[in-house]
Amino acid sequence: MSPSRIVETQYFTFAHPPQELILKSGVKLGPVTLAYETYGKLNAAKSNAILIFHALTGDAHAAFWHQGDKNPGWWDLMIGPGKAFDTDKYFIICSNIIGGCKGSTGPSSVNPATKEPYGLRFPVITIEDMVAAQKHLIDHLGIKTLLSASGGSMGGLMALEWALRYPGTLHSAIPIATNYKHTAQQIALHEVARQAIMSDPNWNKGDYYGKALPAQGMAVSRMIGHITYMSERSMEEKFGRKLQGKEKVGYDFSQDFEVESYLKYRGASFVQRFDANSYLYISKALDYFDLSEGSDLVEVFKNVKTKFLIITFTSDWLYPSYQSKDVVKAMKANDIDVSFIEIETSYGHDSFLVEIEGQSKLVSHFLSNVAKAVIK
Amino acid sequence: MRPDHKYILEMIEPDSRVLDLGCGDGELLGLLMEHKNCRAAGIEINEKEIYKCIERGVSVSHGDIDSGLADYSDRSFDYVILNESLQEVLNPDRVIAEALRVGRKAIVGIPNFCNLSARLQIFFLGRVPVTEGLPYKWYNTPNLRFLSIKDFRDFCAERSIVIERECAFNSKSKTLFAHNLFSDIAIFLIRK
Repeated sequence: MSPSRIVETQYFTFAHPPQELILKSGVKLGPVTLAYETYGKLNAAKSNAILIFHALTGDAHAAFWHQGDKNPGWWDLMIGPGKAFDTDKYFIICSNIIGGCKGSTGPSSVNPATKEPYGLRFPVITIEDMVAAQKHLIDHLGIKTLLSASGGSMGGLMALEWALRYPGTLHSAIPIATNYKHTAQQIALHEVARQAIMSDPNWNKGDYYGKALPAQGMAVSRMIGHITYMSERSMEEKFGRKLQGKEKVGYDFSQDFEVESYLKYRGASFVQRFDANSYLYISKALDYFDLSEGSDLVEVFKNVKTKFLIITFTSDWLYPSYQSKDVVKAMKANDIDVSFIEIETSYGHDSFLVEIEGQSKLVSHFLSNVAKAVIK
Repeated sequence: MRPDHKYILEMIEPDSRVLDLGCGDGELLGLLMEHKNCRAAGIEINEKEIYKCIERGVSVSHGDIDSGLADYSDRSFDYVILNESLQEVLNPDRVIAEALRVGRKAIVGIPNFCNLSARLQIFFLGRVPVTEGLPYKWYNTPNLRFLSIKDFRDFCAERSIVIERECAFNSKSKTLFAHNLFSDIAIFLIRK
């Protein structure tokens, strides 16, 4: 790996008491630390910055390699020299959300007031709060206006939220495989995942740090998650009815099918890399999210001047295209410059991570047209 | 420049807001942005074409014309263009009505199914015509509607739609008289 593609996570701490971050719920949180990484160079005019938002279990490590790692960052296929988010041209920033467990302040962080992990004493956070925290980071970096903001799934919600909340600070946005509010089905799926965690005796009302982890609950919640990230067709193509390590079914409740083994593996590895309480807080934040807050979506986009490229995938049943089409319609009613594409693919919701060819073309061309108008 | 694009460009005032229904690879909208400083948007059903639109910097929505127009409020555009796409829509009556709701004016380009060559083929060969403007066989044509220049004029008259301009041409030149007989393609500028 060339040394230019080695990256280190950086940390920014703000909202020291008594200037805490005031959350949407009214509760104060501080100090707040954000873990973040940057790729490429910020130009002198600070006009080439692009903010990337990660999805539910993502982190600040969006691209490049950490020293000694086996794998690069989670969107390395999209971010890098000559890639869709071209680090030869743009300065890319990705930060772990608050509530997360990858270096930013969250329920597993030590509460400076008590010197113990927050656990369930961590305040409930919202998507709006996550975005507000990242605005502090962008201000800290001295960037007044972002060339673009993008992300898939929850990251897409955050890009929409930024455009709404900070008009005039975002030239363009690329929300991918996302929605403007969580629907009943999306909330329901999250609730099943949360119940799986909370019914694990080791969860212990969120107080499990330094003790046995709620591994079984985490595993089940991740298995549900993975099913929703794939499509019926992609699962059929990947697993079919293939058996795992045996010639015939066992006629018992041992493991028969490859898909069972895959889900178990995914579930078991999840507990090693993610915090159960973070999963509860972030999934809840998603469920609370409604850009329209019950009112007319057309009204919501009234003051937005950002140029949008909205991408969905045909086989994504978790965040189906019609939800983004509602957003596109509300934008058109406000005369917002928006492009919309539904990419034909069988990968389901995961498409934003794996369907790279089409996304790369769209993103690189869209960004270079935006940059032409912005970067003189 | 394609002749139809050239004639459409002539019909459009500078600095207009234009929506192209079935915009394909965005070539026409790109020209309108470049030469007429238009604010352009397109609707296109074919995913492959969307990539080309984005590459050109043309804003485009992936979808069909029949339902795509519903997204726009009244008089959102100065011109709504239906170039070589009206004959492919399921409900042309509704699409024209919608185009004239969403746009102040509409520009409709149609292939003429009743030019001299087509008439001769039907009369002498007894077969459905294949012409330069209509290069398809009956089994592979994307066209759902078969109309002539006269048919479209009648259609407008019946609905009190005003034809402001009509421009007809064939592969050689602009047609100066007897449009319906000598033209492959006609472009109409219409309004309510």
